[in-house]
Amino acid sequence: MTFDLSERYDANGEVNSQSAYDATMDKRLIPAIEFRDVELAFDDQVILNKVSFSVRRGETRIVLGGSGSGKSTIINLILGLIKPDAGKIIIEGIDITELDDQDMMRIRKTIGMIFQEGALFDSLSVYDNVAYRLHEEGVAEDECEHEVLRMLRFIDLEEAIDKMPIELSGGMRRRVGIARALVGNPNIVLFDEPTAGLDPPTARTICELAIKLRDIEDVSSIFVTHEMNNLEYLSSEYAVIDRSGDVNFELAGKTFCLTNTSVMMLRQGNIIFNGSEDDLRATDDPYIKRFIRGK
Amino acid sequence: MNPITAFIFELQEVTNLLWRSIKGLRKKPRYVREIINQIDNIGVGSFGIIVLTGFFTGGVMILQSYPTLEYYGAQSNAGQGVATSLIRELGPVLSALMVAGRVGSAISAELGSMVVSQQIDAMRALGTSPVRKLVTPRLIALIVSLPLLTITTDLFGIIGGGIIARELHGLDMNLYISSVRAGVKIEDLIGGIMKPVVFGLIIGLISCYKGLSTTGGTAGVGEATTKAVVASSINVIIADFFLSAALQSIFGGTLF
Repeated sequence: MTFDLSERYDANGEVNSQSAYDATMDKRLIPAIEFRDVELAFDDQVILNKVSFSVRRGETRIVLGGSGSGKSTIINLILGLIKPDAGKIIIEGIDITELDDQDMMRIRKTIGMIFQEGALFDSLSVYDNVAYRLHEEGVAEDECEHEVLRMLRFIDLEEAIDKMPIELSGGMRRRVGIARALVGNPNIVLFDEPTAGLDPPTARTICELAIKLRDIEDVSSIFVTHEMNNLEYLSSEYAVIDRSGDVNFELAGKTFCLTNTSVMMLRQGNIIFNGSEDDLRATDDPYIKRFIRGK
Repeated sequence: MNPITAFIFELQEVTNLLWRSIKGLRKKPRYVREIINQIDNIGVGSFGIIVLTGFFTGGVMILQSYPTLEYYGAQSNAGQGVATSLIRELGPVLSALMVAGRVGSAISAELGSMVVSQQIDAMRALGTSPVRKLVTPRLIALIVSLPLLTITTDLFGIIGGGIIARELHGLDMNLYISSVRAGVKIEDLIGGIMKPVVFGLIIGLISCYKGLSTTGGTAGVGEATTKAVVASSINVIIADFFLSAALQSIFGGTLF
């Protein structure tokens, strides 16, 4: 979908505030991510079977599912690392299904990807890892430094700027991975099991970063996980900035505020649940009940 | 997949990788610093083993051939024998095999580790082509470095042969040098430079392909490294035969 920019300006070339408002609303109405009847199979094994869903702007979609259910495949499809056999994938109004690798490179620059183990470049320092995208684009070093510091402040790891990835703990590596993914202010962020194997407080820190992105940065995200703690944090808390500029996390029940998170569950390539956390917990489906409670 | 289908599939993938790395040269960024780093790592880093390889190969050639030459009274041709063998065959092939062992294994291990730790996926997710960033600079570095390393092998081989001939057999050094100068032809030098260019491309392509197609975690990295060295070495030897045949038909006679 494309916008006619001429409608956004009046006869004098000034921004037409009503049109600008409409443009913002149009953009908000376009799903950030949309899957339409996406199918994928490797040889005889069906990975995704006519999967359709959409993620709105500013929404976090938690994707649950056991191993091999197709969770990570969804992320790889969004990034264009693999192509579907049938169906359409639309990212911010652009159909990426048929785009070649060259065009996908441009789309990928607008998406932040957080890998399970951080996937930091071993040979580069934390600074160079976070500045990677900017260095590739030939951005001036002053600007790089400013942006890297801003990102490291966001993840609360300014002191690690000169360290090498090997010197960092598992949780720190993942936080640096988040900072790297957020450089360039992507509208979409994909989390691929970012808390797997972390201790509960560190996992909580990662979730807080995801909540901050959702509520303060208005980022749309897909959060692949199979840890129920993450589901609880992301569904029940929201982030606010107080008068001193600090970020606080509050429970959704305390004030009239709805957390912009929904849950989707996959099983053998099919979506077996799509809705809110409350609906998920209230479901009678024996597989889902067993998945949530572990028995 | 049967072996023939697997071979054709791999050939297709390697050709595709070559095509994409050539295409990558047309667009910016061209990663000049990365190319220089790789030349430093591959070329300068291999200098020591290449010097030793060349020196002792030249030495052992004199050691083995001198008694026979002496039997026929042809000691004065010792320099020619060492120089032509080294420049035509041994220099390019031995340098390529040494580089396949040292550099080919390092390339496939590095790229393989990057694959299993999702660094390659991260690179693509950050909008960078791993072929342009990783493969093209390594191919250029090998194509530039291997001919220079081959010249080094040739040079130190001739020096090694000369030293052994003088020290063990008392051959006059001037006689040795004039025999080298008389024996080496321009066609030898052209062929001796062309071969390592092709060998560099073969080692680079195979090592990068094996590294990037690593599967199965850390054990897969070891397997990919072994396969890269074995496949590079075998292909260098096979390519040497066909290159020699092609050069013979170009330059005529029994050269190469």
